[in-house]
Amino acid sequence: MLDRQAIADRLAETGYVADGGLATALALMDLLKRPLLLEGEAGVGKTEVAKALAAVHRTRLIRLQCHEGLDRADALYEWNYQRQLLAIKAREGADARESEAAVFQEAYLLERPLLAAIRQPVAPVLLIDEIDRADEAFEAFLLELLSDFQVSIPELGTITAVTIPRVILTSNNTRDLSDALRRRCLYHALDYPDADREARILIARVPGLDTALALQIARVMERIRKEDLSKIPGVAETLDWAAALVGMGVGRLDGDREAVFETLACVLKTREDRARMSRAVVERLIGKVA
Amino acid sequence: MTAGPAAAPEVDAEAIGPAVRRRLAGFVATLRQNGYRVGLAETKDAARLLATPGLERPAAVRQAFRALFCGRRSDVDGFDALFDAYWRGERVRQRVAVSGTAKASPQTRRTLAPAGGGGDAGAPVDLTTGDGAAPAGAPSGRREGASRAESLERTDFRHLADPAALAEAHALAGRLARVMRARLTRRNRAARRGSGLDLRRTVRASLATGGTPIRLVRRRPRHRPLRLVLLMDASGSMSLYTAVFLRFVHGVLDSFREAEAFLFHTRLVHVSAALKEKDAGRALDRLGLMAEGVGGGTRIGDSLATFNRWHAARVIHARTAVMILSDGYDTGAPERLGAEMAALARRCRRIVWLNPLIGWDGYAPTARGMAAALPHVDLFAPAHTLESLAALEPYLARL
Repeated sequence: MLDRQAIADRLAETGYVADGGLATALALMDLLKRPLLLEGEAGVGKTEVAKALAAVHRTRLIRLQCHEGLDRADALYEWNYQRQLLAIKAREGADARESEAAVFQEAYLLERPLLAAIRQPVAPVLLIDEIDRADEAFEAFLLELLSDFQVSIPELGTITAVTIPRVILTSNNTRDLSDALRRRCLYHALDYPDADREARILIARVPGLDTALALQIARVMERIRKEDLSKIPGVAETLDWAAALVGMGVGRLDGDREAVFETLACVLKTREDRARMSRAVVERLIGKVA
Repeated sequence: MTAGPAAAPEVDAEAIGPAVRRRLAGFVATLRQNGYRVGLAETKDAARLLATPGLERPAAVRQAFRALFCGRRSDVDGFDALFDAYWRGERVRQRVAVSGTAKASPQTRRTLAPAGGGGDAGAPVDLTTGDGAAPAGAPSGRREGASRAESLERTDFRHLADPAALAEAHALAGRLARVMRARLTRRNRAARRGSGLDLRRTVRASLATGGTPIRLVRRRPRHRPLRLVLLMDASGSMSLYTAVFLRFVHGVLDSFREAEAFLFHTRLVHVSAALKEKDAGRALDRLGLMAEGVGGGTRIGDSLATFNRWHAARVIHARTAVMILSDGYDTGAPERLGAEMAALARRCRRIVWLNPLIGWDGYAPTARGMAAALPHVDLFAPAHTLESLAALEPYLARL
């Protein structure tokens, strides 16, 4: 049974407003047991999807932030060397083989996100964030893990998944991912929400925001994103801005333009963008949505 | 392994009839024809989806198939049309064009490849377009060397009129690149010595000595490729230089692994995919096709603006070197070029500007566009002879 609407509704309860395509993809994750690859610009809310999914299933969110040079020691497991050294020192004179057996035990193992994710009693949501920043070798390793869900540690043996986590991968597209990984995953391209959906997100997430103002903010944001900016503001920026406006007691954008102009710092994060969105430009934008 | 996510009711792929299965196989074949990477596992999952209750409406099936079969944004863009054409019998378009798959046939016209003996072989005349500040200097003529290869090294590419000489220059550029690549890689290995300790291996090694780490294992720094972004002028006056340079770049590229290439003329074209072609000749062919059909002056400023706006965030990171190959004759406003160069310089680590005209006697970067760009350039070097290409090596090694 594939019930997209149920998933969309439950996401909405946690404050995430998903469109139909995303709800379908999330429903398919459970049905087909495939990871989901989310692609989109920074700030469209990729990471939020994972958080919301964890909230929906009332489970843990385990996050692996990828970066260049990420390797198994950071992502999978590492031995606790300090403790191992101490233990070896304490057993000085003992047989080398016994020492070895003693220090390569579970107690000396440090779990990193990927190992932790397959050893949870309740299936967690595993978020592999910005996979495009990791290098190709790691991507290949990840592909293997995602199909077998088992890890072999030479000193301990093979560890098989207790539960299969729901896996969400995100990519900003700074590097093209391999076809193998793309094929293994379900795919959804996230875009900036349209004004209507952004307004609903604002209403769900910002307490004390009235509907008319939310819609105005969302419409202005839609236009700001079309301006020639060096950093296009994401949904997080919109939320900050809305919270700031509510905090300053602004009721309508065209009511208190001074406050609007001052709080734009929440949205525009570089000097050039600030200069580009001059008072006149902002006035024009507000005029269009008022 | 127990299934974690909410125990899904097991759906049997056999539950769908043979007719539907055949239709599905046809759809998968259509997708593959259009460049989608679809495997057997996906087809099987699709069959399961068709047998799943709750997926009766075509729109719902389409959405589900889209998530399953698409792997990248370009897949998503064409998917709905393909789906509707196949399943709903709307006007069948057999092949929805997929960008970047243009096949290069041997007969294709080479725009960039040497037009051996063709009229534009020398073409310094074109250079006067734009600012009118044409370098009047006499070309630094061919020097007679001991061997033909040696003299070829020093010859300005535009003086290589006969096709044989040009072909030889191309071959030399390829060979030069291969040698240089080997050296660049070796240098990289030598530099790997002496950074942090690898604790995992050190502890492992210390077991034999009773836990006293006598043999220290050093962590070898991971090979961190610098990303090279190439912006190449494909205008008529530059086409000869660009062709040889491309051949050269095609050879060196492997030692960078991460590289992006763009051609510009009146507009910017992303050509990385073509450059990854294994065979140098085919790569040049494909590039030629991509640069075709553009006329009018060179708009360097506008092309850079396009790059900064649409590509820079994706292809440039902190360890990126940008290499621009152009004569600097811009028909756009010099202020624009200056501003875009400044924006580019802020983002990347280094900018190299290769200008073949430097090799000409009496050349000074006085063209207004070039003058505006120069303050933001880290290395301003010629690229008019094989020798000058070879001289780039120490710089590439340091990157």
